[in-house]
Amino acid sequence: MTKITFSILQVIIFVAIAPLISGVITKIKNNLRFRRGPGIFQPYYNLVKLFAKEEVTSETASWIFRVTPLVVLASTVTAAFIVPAFMPGYNTGDLLLLVFLFSLGRFFLALAALDTGSSFGGMGSSREMFISSFAEPAAILSIFAISLNLGTTNLLAISYLYAIKLSTVIAAISLFMVILAETSRIPIDNQETHLELTMIHEAMVLEYSGRSLAIIELASYIKQVIFFSLIGTILLPVFLSYGLANNFMVFSGYLAKLFTLCILVAFIEVNLAKMRLFRAIDFFSFSFVLALIAIIMAALGV
Amino acid sequence: MANIFNLHLGFLHDGLSLFFLATILLISIPSGIYSLGYLKGHYSKGKIIYNWVLFILFVISMLLVVTVNNALVFLICWELMSLVSYFLVVFDEKSEKSQSAGTTYVVMTHIGTAFITAAFLILYKHSGSFDFSILKATADTLQSTARTLVFIFLLIGFGTKAGIVPLHIWLPQAHPQAPSHVSSLMSGVMIKTAIYGIIRFIIFILGVDSLWWGNLILVLAAVSCVVGVIYALMEHDLKKLLAYHSVENIGIILLGLGASMVFLKINLPVLAVFSLAAGLYHLINHAIFKGLLFLCAGSVYKATGTRDIEKLGGLIKKMPYTSVAFLIGAMAISALPPLNGFVSEWLTLQAFFQGALLSTSGIKVFLSLCAAALALTSGLAAACFVKAFGITFLAQPRSAKAKEALDVPFSMKIAMGILSILTFVFGLACAIIFKMLVIVSKSALGLKTLNVNFSLNNFTLVTANNTAVSLPLVALMLIASVLVAIVLLFVFSGKSKVKKYNTWDCGYYKLNSRNEYTATAFSKPFRIAFSFFLLPYKKTEKIRESFYHVKTFKYETFTTPVFGKYIYAPLLGIILSLARFMRRLQPGSIHLYISYIFVTIIALIMFMKKF
Repeated sequence: MTKITFSILQVIIFVAIAPLISGVITKIKNNLRFRRGPGIFQPYYNLVKLFAKEEVTSETASWIFRVTPLVVLASTVTAAFIVPAFMPGYNTGDLLLLVFLFSLGRFFLALAALDTGSSFGGMGSSREMFISSFAEPAAILSIFAISLNLGTTNLLAISYLYAIKLSTVIAAISLFMVILAETSRIPIDNQETHLELTMIHEAMVLEYSGRSLAIIELASYIKQVIFFSLIGTILLPVFLSYGLANNFMVFSGYLAKLFTLCILVAFIEVNLAKMRLFRAIDFFSFSFVLALIAIIMAALGV
Repeated sequence: MANIFNLHLGFLHDGLSLFFLATILLISIPSGIYSLGYLKGHYSKGKIIYNWVLFILFVISMLLVVTVNNALVFLICWELMSLVSYFLVVFDEKSEKSQSAGTTYVVMTHIGTAFITAAFLILYKHSGSFDFSILKATADTLQSTARTLVFIFLLIGFGTKAGIVPLHIWLPQAHPQAPSHVSSLMSGVMIKTAIYGIIRFIIFILGVDSLWWGNLILVLAAVSCVVGVIYALMEHDLKKLLAYHSVENIGIILLGLGASMVFLKINLPVLAVFSLAAGLYHLINHAIFKGLLFLCAGSVYKATGTRDIEKLGGLIKKMPYTSVAFLIGAMAISALPPLNGFVSEWLTLQAFFQGALLSTSGIKVFLSLCAAALALTSGLAAACFVKAFGITFLAQPRSAKAKEALDVPFSMKIAMGILSILTFVFGLACAIIFKMLVIVSKSALGLKTLNVNFSLNNFTLVTANNTAVSLPLVALMLIASVLVAIVLLFVFSGKSKVKKYNTWDCGYYKLNSRNEYTATAFSKPFRIAFSFFLLPYKKTEKIRESFYHVKTFKYETFTTPVFGKYIYAPLLGIILSLARFMRRLQPGSIHLYISYIFVTIIALIMFMKKF
């Protein structure tokens, strides 16, 4: 029973801190560019504003458009149960389930984008599915490499089977590249742009407004924090093994991991330019090859 | 010669046969119900009766194929199944397309049957009987070269029927031409009889001889699933798209099968049982969701008269029932939890993972690459079904026919409803179903005594190394989080205020369906990414009034059918030129023919004397 309570607690913390992570990344990015930028709590203000606003939906849209925000949120929250971030939670699924749960949300989002009949939506939908289908093999292969070292695809094992290897690190880099794409970051997508020709995720949610937009935004914040926790747990599971006896230390260690990743992502975003859509294939090929190297190394026991 | 006719005719009732029997009946019954509404108004009364006769014969022949216990009778039933399905493919005999599709089908399927016959004859020569039990008992003593030959022949023979790349050429032509309830049977069940053949004859009777058999099947399977899904992405004919997905899904099933054969040879019997059961799970799942999708495609065709998705759109409002059924099928085939497609893909991936974990270095990497191929396939399949569902059912109608579509009669709804519910049942009850499939798999592999169990308390699937996934729990969590979100929203921000307005149109006039994204546009990134394989080309045609003024402009894009152009067309060319050469033997003179007969008789007499 305690395990279930802890899992639920963990998900609530995920949801609570998710917007903050985005705020921190934006802040760091702006500071790197010698700008002031909005405060780190800006995403919360945005969400509150959007929740209160009136919603405008397209006349063309059907029920798919209306249920999509809820499906996206539900699939993301369910995924949040799987990743052990700062406490070993309840055993609900494994890493592979995580991949497929995100596909569920993406599938509906891509459909909703086509639902309004706007060509922007179609463009976003097509590009998102294009990118995700190339991201998937790289993701699965890096998950395989990590899991080969763990002996199982169940991430909970990480909390008591701690042995970090070089192949895990390489696989984690490969996974990190996939995560950059999945969280619509540069060099694959750009969260800051609303330029028709370049946007991907933003093009899909272009027709959303008010409460629905808020839910989708919240879901993508949660998705980001899940991915960051995943990378953090894989590379530095040490805090998990302290167990629940030392709550404060484990939690601050977790926050430190997230903060480090925020800085890393901000650096990447500031220093790289967005790639052309078809360069994404090269990006994922690189990630795929890295994961393959990790598998070969894992096979050799490195 | 005598013992050919000394038939011990009987029926098999082992796990494997019962499993296929159940699969066939599971899809045939809804298809039969569906055809009540589908055929009405579409065809004349005589035609409907003719269809029913063929339909029942088709189902019976499939049932016989998976239950008879004699290779000779098997061949007869197999041939019956092929011929009856040929007549169903050319059912709309008026169109030239269905004639040519039927011809391709009948030729390809007979090439396959020829190979199967050859394999059976080799086996017969060795054991002196066509009976399965005798074949199995004597297969062990078969010479290694003969055994390899039998394997290759069986693989080609059954591979043709299953539609393994590059033998898939007939499948996307023939399946869409049949009436939709027959397409659902052909794609859902008939091609699975070939999988039955592979399991029964290669794994069960012949026994896996060496490691490369499994490796070969894995490579073919990986190629089939990727190639199938790439072609499906390029396809805008709804039924043809689904047919290409059958090639893909046969690949996924064979991934499970091939992995099982590999595991048998590297001495991992528990995993062999696991991955064969995963393959069988995908087989029945594919039968369910592909059957469902073909029925939905048939409903769309009946309502609108077209299968070209570029002319559809907006059907979700006109045909709410069909669209929900299609959405469920699309979600299942895209392997989204908590539906059934997810279960079998998860199991197959887990089979690869555990294999990679326990095997030695080379096989580790190979199995991981197979898993990557499966991941690419499932990503592309999701993209393809976003396209298929989005363009067909969402946004605004793109033609007058789509605008006037009405939902289908009750009997068709019932059939789609049954299969939609089955996708949920096979997803949520996965632990119980997998438990049964493990028993089937054990009996097929001859490992009945192996004590393994991959289900926990009937709700959770567990792999051999204790990785678990519980789909009822996932479904519960999905529903619970939706409910919590709704309640929280209601508490904190009250009832939502929604205003209906136009889609944003950049200040342009009102958007119409001409502004919508098309299926061609949707798949363009994929066409460019796979251009090395698809070899796309375009044709432009300008009609000018004068040098300065272009009156109309036509632009079409095509992809090159690589297999048709570079393998089958040259092959056909050789055969035809040989036939032209042979034609000289038949100038039409009766004297010459009589002399042929005379020479033949002389030759036969000499032959008989000599031996």
